[in-house]
Amino acid sequence: MQLTELLDIQAIRADFPILNQEINGRKLVYFDNAATTQKPTSVIETITHYYNFDNANIHRGIHTLAERATRDFEASREAIREFLGASSIEEIIFTSGTTQGINLVASTFGRKFIKEGDEIIISGMEHHSNIVPWQMLCEEKGIKLKVIPVTDLGELDMEAYQNMLSEKVKLVSVNHVSNSLGTINPVKQIIDLAHSFGAKVLIDGAQATSHLNVDVQALDADFYVFSAHKLYGPTGIGILYGKKEILNAMPPYMGGGEMIKDVTFEKTTYNELPYKFEAGTPNIADVVALKTALEYIAFHGKENIAAHEDMLLQYATEQLLDIDGLKIIGQAKEKISVVSFIMDGIHHQDIGVLLDNQGVAVRTGHHCTQPLMQRFNILGTTRASFAVYNTIEEIDRLVAGLRRVKKMLL
Amino acid sequence: MTINESQDEIIEEFELFDDWADKYEYIIDLGKKLKGFPEEQKTEDNIIKGCQSRVWLNAHKDSNILIFEADSEAIIVKGLVNMLIRVLSGHTPQEIAKADLYFMEKIGMSQHLAQTRSNGLASMVKQMKNYAIAYSLKN
Repeated sequence: MQLTELLDIQAIRADFPILNQEINGRKLVYFDNAATTQKPTSVIETITHYYNFDNANIHRGIHTLAERATRDFEASREAIREFLGASSIEEIIFTSGTTQGINLVASTFGRKFIKEGDEIIISGMEHHSNIVPWQMLCEEKGIKLKVIPVTDLGELDMEAYQNMLSEKVKLVSVNHVSNSLGTINPVKQIIDLAHSFGAKVLIDGAQATSHLNVDVQALDADFYVFSAHKLYGPTGIGILYGKKEILNAMPPYMGGGEMIKDVTFEKTTYNELPYKFEAGTPNIADVVALKTALEYIAFHGKENIAAHEDMLLQYATEQLLDIDGLKIIGQAKEKISVVSFIMDGIHHQDIGVLLDNQGVAVRTGHHCTQPLMQRFNILGTTRASFAVYNTIEEIDRLVAGLRRVKKMLL
Repeated sequence: MTINESQDEIIEEFELFDDWADKYEYIIDLGKKLKGFPEEQKTEDNIIKGCQSRVWLNAHKDSNILIFEADSEAIIVKGLVNMLIRVLSGHTPQEIAKADLYFMEKIGMSQHLAQTRSNGLASMVKQMKNYAIAYSLKN
């Protein structure tokens, strides 16, 4: 049995049925957690239970099932409020994921409050979903998009950021953690600096929420977005946190049911927060199951999970650097458990295919961060990302697998 | 040799391999043997972009047959490209256009064609067929 501080990793592994299978004749090693984590039995059972016993459309039904579904749906909103340290459930908007959260802010806050000649700042290590919505807005309105440069170590150049700030900047949108490099960005400092110039800040927390404690009030973030499926929850659900006064000032995103107060053909009045931004029947079962995922994390303790993942990151970094010709891309001082690397003379796709044949699942390619790859003058990397259920033995499998890949290809 | 005879020959060759490693070592070897393009010939005109790796493809007609040349930056894709060229190159546009490529599945490599987003290989097969259709219409 492997014990890391307080966690019994073998017992945790037993909570994830998907891990107990063979791929190409070998026990599965799942190292693609930054793309999506696997789901514990409790989350899967919550979804099954919802459809077996509680399914109904929420909020307007008068019958028992509608009451149950509404109760559980809203209980999940409250759990997320607590998870993020938000002051009110009115600030918690359900979306389909991080991407929709960013697009919502670009389409509503962006269209209303950012004008021609204004500026938006993003960073050089953003996922395409935190680049393209801003580019679309900038093109439409004649706004200037500025990019914080990335250093050789894979950190943000904070001096350059400070020099970019001015009264013209209306929004700064950066990730909390880089999906390609694992870098933890100094978001508190980024927010404080932006606020001193009157700019609002959106934090893309997609890669952060399963590893770091997030307190949106302590950060003073104006918007914070993330996806459930990267923290042991279901796909198709995300959260947009926004400060109440800003959300109130924003126009609605989509029109439809739920988001209205009264509709006549002459005039529609909109619903209160958070419903103003939740048109249509939401993904109820998965919202309910997100609460179960948060409970799973809380049960084991985020600090314990982070300590285990840090140990894996440190071990993996040491072992990987022992392979001749392997270079780690992203050597920031503050990192979550993501290790991205290239190997001399070997294309990442070949690494991915040959590791898969040995039962090891990694991600290869540009990780939806093409500008970041261009910054490092590479086509892509191989990325191994660790979660609570991963082990030292699995990292040994990766390293042995890579040695074999090298032997086969060179 | 017809297109199907070439495919059957490849299937037979792969029957000799006991495990995945032997299979892939053979494909890697085929990748290394494929004469690639000089850098200056890798242009925007003949590139097939995949999410994972890029493939370059040229086609020209020699009397009544089509000749393909291709390259890729990933060696396994290059090995698979080598086999596709062995099967399709040197046949008439009509034969290529109606060819049923069953060998990839028989040798256990169909996943490389299925991942359309992941690599340029599936797009390359499509492009080879498009060339064949275009040339057969020309006649």
